[in-house]
Amino acid sequence: MKRAQLSTVLGPLIVGIAVLALWQAICRLWHIPPYLMPAPTDIAASLVANAVPLLHALRSTLLVTFAALLISVVLGVLAAFVLVQSRLIERSLMPYVIIMQVTPIVAIAPLIIILVKSTLPALIVCATLIAIFPIISNTLAGLRSVDPGLESFFRMHKASRLQMLWRLRIPSALPMFMAGLRISAGLALVGAIVAEFVAGTGGNSAGLAYEILQSGFQMDIPRMFAALSLITLAGLALYFAMALLERLALHRWHGQG
Amino acid sequence: MSLPIVEMLAAEKTFPGGVQALAPVELSVRPGELIGLIGPSGCGKSTLLKLIANLHTPSAGEMRWWGEDFTRVGEAGRRLSFVFQDPTLMPWADVATNVRLPLDLDGIPRDEARARVAPALAQVGLSHAADRTPAQLSGGMRMRVSIARALVTRPDLLLMDEPFAALDEFTRNRLDEDMALLCAQGGLTTIFVTHSLTEAAFLSTRVLVMAPDPGRIHAEYAIDPTIVRDEAFRLSAEFAAICRDLSALLNEVSHARAAADA
Ligand SMILES: Nc1ncnc2c1ncn2[C@@H]1O[C@H](COP(=O)(O)OP(=O)(O)OP(=O)(O)O)[C@@H](O)[C@H]1O
Ligand SMILES: [Mg+2]
Repeated sequence: MKRAQLSTVLGPLIVGIAVLALWQAICRLWHIPPYLMPAPTDIAASLVANAVPLLHALRSTLLVTFAALLISVVLGVLAAFVLVQSRLIERSLMPYVIIMQVTPIVAIAPLIIILVKSTLPALIVCATLIAIFPIISNTLAGLRSVDPGLESFFRMHKASRLQMLWRLRIPSALPMFMAGLRISAGLALVGAIVAEFVAGTGGNSAGLAYEILQSGFQMDIPRMFAALSLITLAGLALYFAMALLERLALHRWHGQG
Repeated sequence: MSLPIVEMLAAEKTFPGGVQALAPVELSVRPGELIGLIGPSGCGKSTLLKLIANLHTPSAGEMRWWGEDFTRVGEAGRRLSFVFQDPTLMPWADVATNVRLPLDLDGIPRDEARARVAPALAQVGLSHAADRTPAQLSGGMRMRVSIARALVTRPDLLLMDEPFAALDEFTRNRLDEDMALLCAQGGLTTIFVTHSLTEAAFLSTRVLVMAPDPGRIHAEYAIDPTIVRDEAFRLSAEFAAICRDLSALLNEVSHARAAADA
């Protein structure tokens, strides 16, 4: 491993271990009870003790997240292709896309939960509403970001509409789409958690937010932290997965190809 | 006398909004000519070139290609290529795919198109870079890819708008020598816009000095087409004399403008 690479891994690792150690030391030295502030080892113990329900909750949350992300990509890209067809279509529809974006999802979530009877689809709809916007706006901007010189080259060679789309617009849009996808993946997780909080349902589709709510009611603070740490880990994993995907998709653009 | 490649018959261009970019121009381009367009910024050089490329239509007057209108341009013996000021390459595609683009767009079978890429790349000295991406090339190499993309269609008329403007003088001189060689190999008629008086002097068989307000051809300057354009020519007294003459013509143009401004 190169020196620079080593320091990008090692640096944050050392900071993380130091913070955890300090946290542990403070909790133990001042005998802070776990229901006020659990030490990292208390959280780890709770994670192990409640592994089955917590992992089940994680699975539910991730299911909602990925379903929302998938639907956002499909519908968002479709919407962008429709919007890019003409300025008139864009001007007529864009205000509603923006209205959807600026309305806080927390405010409409209860409505969606009522309208969509079964829980899982309701959660997915909420998360999708949050996650879809960056896909629409980035794909649209990407489709419009075509190099004008390249576009006249295509026109000079009498390229068909399909050739324009397939050979020019779609590849031109890829970097902005990938950036949108990364933002959207994070938002899908946020959306899933928010929707779970609002729905507040247990049962089969109980996610990590429900775990946090329940732990709060029962004053089981270590379990609350354990659920929280799983959300963070899921977010991190999602972030790195998207970054990797972006690297794979765009390696030619940046010259590592 | 052979048929002119391009004729401008009192062709002029006034843009919507009333800017007269080009006053009526009479021009006849003969086969094998290498025409350099020089003149102050805004004098209509790009406009003239785009009229010839049919990227603009004249607001009055007429354009003729091989004695006819534009419909048959693109057929064998009447191919036209345009090199933009920027390389305008597809950053997501490797060099070979970039060069192949016009053939792909014209629906030429994949195998034949592939086979034609290699010689085009060899012409610009980039055979070794076929599977690199634009991001992995220097500015001069990218420009050469752009030229290979223009040459791969085997054009009969090559139009270039300040193709080497963004490059340093050393690279530009090298590419000029490459261009001179390519054009000397025959068949090709070239019209190029340049800001560089020495580039015009080095490459052209005819230099058109343009004047602004409104854009028009102020003077024509012919250079012996039999001269071999190489490093020795660049250092010769003959070259220096040509540069001096062109410089004097450009001075007339800019003095005229200064007088008009006063
Ligand atoms: N699409 C356009 N619409 C309106 N005016 C234009 C357009 N293109 C060029 N012009 C005007 O026409 C005139 C000539 O422009 P042109 O681009 O041909 O100049 P040029 O000689 O190529 O200049 P430069 O050396 O700076 O490239 C300028 O006054 C310019 O403002
Ligand atoms: Mg110009």
